[in-house]
Amino acid sequence: MAALWTLPLLLSARLLGCLALTPPDELPQPHNLPPSLGFNISHGGPSVDLPMALRVFSVDYHHVQAPFEIVLWIMLASLAKLGFHWSGRVPAVVPESCVLIMVGLLVGGVIYGVRHSAPPTLSADAFFLFLLPPIVLDAGYFLPGRLFFENLGTILWYAVLGTLWNVLGIGLSLYGVCLLAQSSLGDVSLLHCLLFGSLIAAVDPVAVLSVFQEMHVNEQLHILVFGESLLNDAVTVVLYKLFESFLRLPSVSGLDVLLGGCRVVVVGLGGLCVGLFFGLVAALTSRFTSKAQVIAPLFVFLYSYLSYLTSEMLHLSGIMAIVTCAVTMKQYVEANVSEHSNTSIQYFLKMWSSVSETLIFIFLGVSTIQDVHMWSWPFVCSTLLLCLIWRATGVLLLTAVVNKLRRNAVTFRDQFIIAYGGLRGAICFSLVFLIDDFPKKRLFITTTIVVILFTVFVQGMTIKPLVELLDVKRKKRALPTVSEEIHSRLIDHLLAGIEDVVGYWGQHYWKDKFEQFNKKYLRRFLIREDHQARSSILRVYQELERREQRGDEEAPPLVDPRSHSRLLLPEEMDSIRRILSRNLQNFNNKQTPAYSRHTLHQDATTDRTRKPLHRHQSLGERRTHWPQQWYHNSDSVTLELNALSRVLAVCSISPRPVLQDSSATAQTGPADPRPAGDDQVSPQHQVPAGRTPKKQLSFVLENEKQQ
Amino acid sequence: MGSSSSNMDHIPDAQHLMQETGFSAAHLVRLYERFDFLDKDDRGELRLDDFEAVSELAMNPIGDRIIRAFFSPGRETVDFPSFVRILAHFRPTDTNRTRNGRNGAQPEPANSRTNKLKFAFQLYDQDRDGKISREELLQVLRAMLEMQVTEEQLQSIAERAIQEADLDLDDTISFDEFKKSLEKVDIEHKMSIRFLE
Repeated sequence: MAALWTLPLLLSARLLGCLALTPPDELPQPHNLPPSLGFNISHGGPSVDLPMALRVFSVDYHHVQAPFEIVLWIMLASLAKLGFHWSGRVPAVVPESCVLIMVGLLVGGVIYGVRHSAPPTLSADAFFLFLLPPIVLDAGYFLPGRLFFENLGTILWYAVLGTLWNVLGIGLSLYGVCLLAQSSLGDVSLLHCLLFGSLIAAVDPVAVLSVFQEMHVNEQLHILVFGESLLNDAVTVVLYKLFESFLRLPSVSGLDVLLGGCRVVVVGLGGLCVGLFFGLVAALTSRFTSKAQVIAPLFVFLYSYLSYLTSEMLHLSGIMAIVTCAVTMKQYVEANVSEHSNTSIQYFLKMWSSVSETLIFIFLGVSTIQDVHMWSWPFVCSTLLLCLIWRATGVLLLTAVVNKLRRNAVTFRDQFIIAYGGLRGAICFSLVFLIDDFPKKRLFITTTIVVILFTVFVQGMTIKPLVELLDVKRKKRALPTVSEEIHSRLIDHLLAGIEDVVGYWGQHYWKDKFEQFNKKYLRRFLIREDHQARSSILRVYQELERREQRGDEEAPPLVDPRSHSRLLLPEEMDSIRRILSRNLQNFNNKQTPAYSRHTLHQDATTDRTRKPLHRHQSLGERRTHWPQQWYHNSDSVTLELNALSRVLAVCSISPRPVLQDSSATAQTGPADPRPAGDDQVSPQHQVPAGRTPKKQLSFVLENEKQQ
Repeated sequence: MGSSSSNMDHIPDAQHLMQETGFSAAHLVRLYERFDFLDKDDRGELRLDDFEAVSELAMNPIGDRIIRAFFSPGRETVDFPSFVRILAHFRPTDTNRTRNGRNGAQPEPANSRTNKLKFAFQLYDQDRDGKISREELLQVLRAMLEMQVTEEQLQSIAERAIQEADLDLDDTISFDEFKKSLEKVDIEHKMSIRFLE
């Protein structure tokens, strides 16, 4: 564990060595000397005389300098990440982003100490063009689509109005502060303040994701905050560019403001259209990849990146484009490409986004070490305060309004998390560097860094304990009785069903229309012929799987059930209550944890020895034509069950023929397959789900306990 | 909604329905459009398979019970008035009781708290004997929890639920006991679909 920490230090020393040898700005010198017969001439370092004889061994650093350094940085980042996860208690207390920033600070400090000049900073171009797209693509690809669209109204409400509120609030208040502190801040104009407000108000998806995924919030809350951080990119970028162009104009008229408003819409919708276009083209391309399956994943990345670059070129919202592209092409691509390609896509996405994120945080730390900071107590402190205040009031107000229109009200706890979880990150950092130079630019940079560090460290570290405190406080009040819980859940299901019948607000009507359109035209056009039948069943199967994947990831403590006893012990009561509050399926996914950043969802289950889910017989009754097709659908297969009873014999069936037999018999009738299935199932030793190959379905027949 | 008056002509007995259920004309038209949409073969009434075509309902654990609730006992089809009457249960409760000039002689509206609860009660009580037996409770629990708990857990939960609610110790939950166990829950808010206001 501790040994792993020495590796990054060693690496940074090596990095240091490289940087010490060559100043960072120097580009690798091209070999302008013609390669003469076998002479290896090395540049750099201590001056070397031209060799007189053939060199057997030489070091030519300049030749490889640029890629070498990049690789070293990435290596440092990844090893730091590894070290973080191995270091015992640290992950529980400190979010990963904090540790990475600290490592960056360390490395930056060391570099500064050795060379007495600023270490390499994160250039805005590198950030926006190389580091940000993988993260957003990953987020978009794994976005829970249904939940996102169900909450789209609320998300847009928070993203557009909330951001506007924050920007104007912070900008105007800061201007007020500058007016008050005329002596030191007199030359900061209103437009400058507004510009600063626009870049500091934006919630950053990278930071939010990295903190939230360790918090295990429920899916709905996660999608609200995360969706907001994605969509406010449109508003942020437009406002930023707007204020920047206002700064360059001699004067600002009302017409310009109006045009600015139109720009928001254009930027957002434009990004959306670009993303849609590329998504559909990607889906179409993937249809023809059956003969060259190996490069199928490449298309996903190429098209997404292309959509990002195109929209950046047109000054539209790149983030929206790439997210839309990912969401659009996902269902078609998944149906078209082979299973291995799907896995490759998902793994590469996770890998790249992980590396990107790590690099961003490390560079944030490194870039903090500069010798051009300008400090101003009133400005910095008031910025911090104003950010918090305006976000809190914004969330409170907006939620009060939006709760009237939602069925699932956003609770106070959720509001607190949304407000407190508004972390700022590298986007603000890059944007502040892009400001045209003016006397107080350094002050802005310093303030931005302080705000980012504050939000990531203080808010990031304290959000989890605070939330637990709130939960505990909530729990101390009257616990709902078991009847209340059951009946409430029933009513939730009932309402969801009635809404489905009525077509709540026409939302389902449009969804139905879209599904019809999708089925009739899009799927036929974009999906391979032989995969089409599979895909609809796969989709419904995946829906069911998704529905069953809810449920707590950690096993609740083993209960010792006493059947048919009138009196229940308090421990049992607690466990029943826990079961009910965690496991009862709320149709709107209120209680489930969101997806994990670092692992694919299936892998998250294979880490521990999980006993796979056993399929209820009633499913077989209702749709008996399914089991045959289940074998092909191996992606969303491995599920987990909270092993509550020691009585149930649960195993995973590895060999396929057994599976086919048992499920074939499942079709004949509920009673028959059970003894047959058990005979085949019980001899199988319990295989931990981790070793169950992804290809096979973990299909277990329940024993006679389940009547 | 300029076309609402012409649409209203399609709706049989519109005025009477509006008075009975409290829906506005606009809502009635919207519900009629939805009814029409669900009625795939334009028969003027809904059958079981029309409801089952709603895909989300198929995935709802109590979807079949909800569908069955629309059908009056012994009938195979649902006509528009019955459709609307059932949905009237889910209107938000009128906060201002005197708005309709209500007096004691008028029957309670469909969206009163009691009637909402009665609707929920009937989801449990499939044999309509006015009591939720242990078996009926277990069936609902099994549907909702499906695969996540064992049979013993289910039994314990059902046990506990009956224990808490059953005041007259007859091992079943009557409607009054049901109502009492939910007295702390804001049913008016929970069981309302806001846009039906």
